[in-house]
Amino acid sequence: MTVDKPSFHSSSGSDTDTAKPKEQKSWVPIVLIGIAIAYLALVQYIPAINVFVQAFSKGVGPFLSNLTRAAFLHAAWLTLLLAAIALPVNTVFGLCAAWAIARHKFPGRAVVLSLIDLPFSISPVVAGLMIVLLYGRNGWFGPWLQAHDIKIIFAFPGMVLATAFVSMPFVAREVIPVLEEFGKEQEEAARTLGAKDWQIFWRITLPSIRWGLLYGLILTNARAMGEFGAVSVVSGNIADQTQSLPLFVEDAYKQYETEAAFSAAVLLALLAVVTLVLKEILERKTRIKDVE
Amino acid sequence: MTTVSPSVEVERKTPFWKRLGRVPWTWRITIAYLTVMLFIPIAAMFLKASTEPPARFWAIATSDIALATYNVTFVTAIFAALLNGIFGTLIAWVLVRYDFPLKRLIDATVDLPFALPTSVAGLTLATVYSDNGWIGSLLAPLGIKVSFTRTGVAVAMIFISLPFIVRTVQPVLQEMEHEIEEAAWCLGASQWQTFWKVILPPLFPTILTGVALGFSRAVGEYGSTVIISSNTPFKDLIAPVLIFQRLEQYDYSGATVIGIVLLSISLVLLLAINFLQAWARRYDSR
Repeated sequence: MTVDKPSFHSSSGSDTDTAKPKEQKSWVPIVLIGIAIAYLALVQYIPAINVFVQAFSKGVGPFLSNLTRAAFLHAAWLTLLLAAIALPVNTVFGLCAAWAIARHKFPGRAVVLSLIDLPFSISPVVAGLMIVLLYGRNGWFGPWLQAHDIKIIFAFPGMVLATAFVSMPFVAREVIPVLEEFGKEQEEAARTLGAKDWQIFWRITLPSIRWGLLYGLILTNARAMGEFGAVSVVSGNIADQTQSLPLFVEDAYKQYETEAAFSAAVLLALLAVVTLVLKEILERKTRIKDVE
Repeated sequence: MTTVSPSVEVERKTPFWKRLGRVPWTWRITIAYLTVMLFIPIAAMFLKASTEPPARFWAIATSDIALATYNVTFVTAIFAALLNGIFGTLIAWVLVRYDFPLKRLIDATVDLPFALPTSVAGLTLATVYSDNGWIGSLLAPLGIKVSFTRTGVAVAMIFISLPFIVRTVQPVLQEMEHEIEEAAWCLGASQWQTFWKVILPPLFPTILTGVALGFSRAVGEYGSTVIISSNTPFKDLIAPVLIFQRLEQYDYSGATVIGIVLLSISLVLLLAINFLQAWARRYDSR
């Protein structure tokens, strides 16, 4: 019972087919490519280009002045902070979970795999709701938290929880297949030669999973910086206090400050571009390794 | 990092608590983290829902406004996923089978909706498809309004779920053997017949898996849909937004009941996707 999520690796597309049917119509590929690109343009390209055009529609001056507003700077700072916490925490968890799952055969293994994937299929709003029901004023830990004067909901800790929740599966999901493929022969060989656990991890396991791990880190970071729904529910979206960049974008848009919204949106779009470029580089790297 | 010898599997006779002491710490971290982050929150939600009397739970879950949001959410998401089932398969086909300029770039950008934060997607889609936006201004004379209507919600759902279908179908198409197609051609089948009778049947479970994944994502989507929708009840209000509104009014039980409905549907979909994938694998094992 495992869910193999689609592997988001682009194809190499290097297979050249020699055989062609007798009546290969030369216009068919052209029409199909045209339809595909038109569809992608309507859904993805035009909206993506629009972000950049809108942000600089009044020139670079207003764009830069938007980026020096206090609310924006605070939101950017919070976003970096959220990612800086969620990333290491989920990396440690992801490595432990990957190791536990890939290195042991046990009953219910598939169930654990599905569980790790759960945050991926739960609506972000429901994820936020769960955190509110636990740590909110009327939640399970609410009375205790109030007695000790700890604020989690409508405050930074809640945002951290929400961010960590939605970006949980990525590292584990990317590392498990690599670990399984790599096998444990080398690790066992090192063990018989007297290597310590952490030596084995640093010198053998880590180098062999590094690309998969990096891939997972990139996806985790993109999700952590870009999460909106769950963070929005738990944060209360208070400007200058609990507003990450994606929340700032929505808030500015709702206040009819479209320019400010697009200025911040461009930065997040650049994050997406960097993410895609790094992904592509890593995929080529791993593909070249596969060919070897 | 500790590896456990296989003897752990054998030691069924030793009492449970003794074996617990020998659990490697990687397992402990995994279980502890999953418990704190996943099990306790889910348990909290179900317990909160169970404090409602069943009659009241049912009344909230099937109130008029809730039913209307399910209608908007699920019907729109099915529409978006099916449309992407067709076009996503076509895009995967084009990327696998044909060579054309900028193919690598187009292939890489299919994943854009994963990398682009949803609120940015909502902002730009709402702008592009508004009455004076790039695409919306072309549709406005035809009387088609997209932003701030249910159609806009559909556009956001299409945006968010497209990569799931493309990336599910692509690897399977990649591995499909050309021989069968060539055999069909040799036997005089036209391209069209080959596609319908030889390529599509084994591909169908995979496409369905992709559609189910896309649907699951579209149902839960909040960031882009909340921005492009006008959030008017009975018109284009979706379930996740209703949960959010209930929370804003401090109506925790109302939010929880609708949350449970959404969560249950996610879980059912997860099971369905599992079975679909098992079905898809049957074709591999021939």
